[in-house]
Amino acid sequence: MMSGRAIATSRRLLKNRLFLYGCLAGTSIAILVLCVLMISIAIEGWSSVSWHFLDSFASRKPAQAGIKAPLMGSVWVCVICALVAIPMGIGTAIYLEEFAKHSRIKRLIQLNISNLSGVPSIVYGILALAAFVRFFGISSSDDHWSIGDSESFFYLHFPFGPSVLAGGLTLALVILPIMIIASQEAFRSVPQSLRQGALALGSTQWQVIWRVSLPAALPTIMTGAILAMSRAIGEAAPLLVIGGFLLVFHTPTNLMSDFTVLPLQIFNWAGRPQGEFHKLAAAAILVQLVVLLVFNSAAIILRHKLQKPLQS
Amino acid sequence: MSQPSALVPSMDPLTTTTPPPQRAEETRPASVAPPSAISMRGFNSWYGTNQVLHALDLEIAPRQVCGFIGPSGCGKSTLLRWINRMNDTIPGARAEGTLSLHGIDLLDKTLDVVDLRRRVGMVFQKPNPFPKSIFDNVAFGPRLHRVYSRTDLEELVEQSLRASALWNEVKDRLDSSALGLSGGQQQRLCIARAVAIGPEMLLMDEPCSALDPRSTASIEELIRELRASYTIVIVTHNMQQASRVSDATAFFYEGRLIESGPTDILFTNPKNRQTEDYVSGRFG
Repeated sequence: MMSGRAIATSRRLLKNRLFLYGCLAGTSIAILVLCVLMISIAIEGWSSVSWHFLDSFASRKPAQAGIKAPLMGSVWVCVICALVAIPMGIGTAIYLEEFAKHSRIKRLIQLNISNLSGVPSIVYGILALAAFVRFFGISSSDDHWSIGDSESFFYLHFPFGPSVLAGGLTLALVILPIMIIASQEAFRSVPQSLRQGALALGSTQWQVIWRVSLPAALPTIMTGAILAMSRAIGEAAPLLVIGGFLLVFHTPTNLMSDFTVLPLQIFNWAGRPQGEFHKLAAAAILVQLVVLLVFNSAAIILRHKLQKPLQS
Repeated sequence: MSQPSALVPSMDPLTTTTPPPQRAEETRPASVAPPSAISMRGFNSWYGTNQVLHALDLEIAPRQVCGFIGPSGCGKSTLLRWINRMNDTIPGARAEGTLSLHGIDLLDKTLDVVDLRRRVGMVFQKPNPFPKSIFDNVAFGPRLHRVYSRTDLEELVEQSLRASALWNEVKDRLDSSALGLSGGQQQRLCIARAVAIGPEMLLMDEPCSALDPRSTASIEELIRELRASYTIVIVTHNMQQASRVSDATAFFYEGRLIESGPTDILFTNPKNRQTEDYVSGRFG
């Protein structure tokens, strides 16, 4: 009897230990694979990273080629994407969490947003091609209305064509569902008692949101925004569909400029037969990783700044 | 619990005969001459189809502490939340009858609830300070309603914190987070926050139920001090507390007002057997 119980106990302990080892193994494999990837890319690409590489345009000769155009293109597209997707995402979340009554329509919207977050990004590319690039074919591409001329910084033409604006909007579409869901989670985690407290002091609904819910939700929203932007910065497929250019010899000057982005440049170089271009691709990946890290750390620093008054 | 459509008409005479709402009025003019702050007549309330308050008749005198006692689920918090219309946030909550604050109809659909809540402050069961500094917590209400200069605000914050007996404990750390305060201090901060908007009335929904005995004692002392300036309605599960802090007490049971009157009379010489059983601890 005693020994039976002892065996059962040791079996339970063994199970416990095995589970721990299993988890450890999973984690180490993930980290190991990541390290191998990073190191191999670093070894292959490091020699090509130089100021010249960052400051030159694409070229047929690998020694002269650089990533000035895709680097600036990525920055432009991501800034536009962030400016569109983050406020829209937060706004939608505010509506759904703070205003919308529990109704069938709300559930329908909710279900759709959840589904949209799982749609492959290339599908958004096709939608964006029709909506932003061609405006559903309302006007033909050679006879479009425009504001300003191609030299002026405020130049706009309709439809947008394959421009940085269209690219930014496309990426905004891709990350909007993620942004909305993350912001909703953030608003849901704000205790109801805070809202009640603010209401009981005579706040309007707007004051409750602006002074209590949003500040309390913002750190979590920022985390969601970081993840969403990290995804946007790495997207190639939808931009390829809307006609992001593979070879661009100037940096964007206004919203209607042609553009390319780092993932497209990497895709282009990695597909070439010459080994030198593969090295350039590796170097561009390195740059892309650094840009990503800079974006993320900026957001994390910002988040800590915002969080400080909450904790001290 | 009960089906309103079937039960209300038959119960109506019952509530007006067995419990003595009229008596509540008879006893009150003796102790208070001025008109009531809150007056309700035939007040009914529902959550969806569930009637939670039945034909209440009650007068609450100004500048007094009125305690609502009764077992859980008897509707005292619901009634409290009608006075500042916090029930508006609950889908399906509705009320009928008369409920007025100094003659203002509180059930008026077009009533400016924002202004009402400025005049009727509320303190909740669990302390709910905002995740902001102590100063910003107290200044939250004033900032909602008008623009103050920084010096005016500082003065107002100090006054409010003094009024809630918290000033000496926090005067050196007004800029640190309110979440670093103890539970009792947080609750007094919430009272300071409510006092800062200059209400005429304070509603307290079991303000001490999440606090330890020492903090409870300090809040009770505070309530006795605040009585001079505000009409206070306090919901409590704790009969000792009701007898310690309130001038008048109303006993609720299953959504009905069983008895109300001056606290000492209600506790020592209740007219209703249910009241007697409850205050002597025989049930609830």
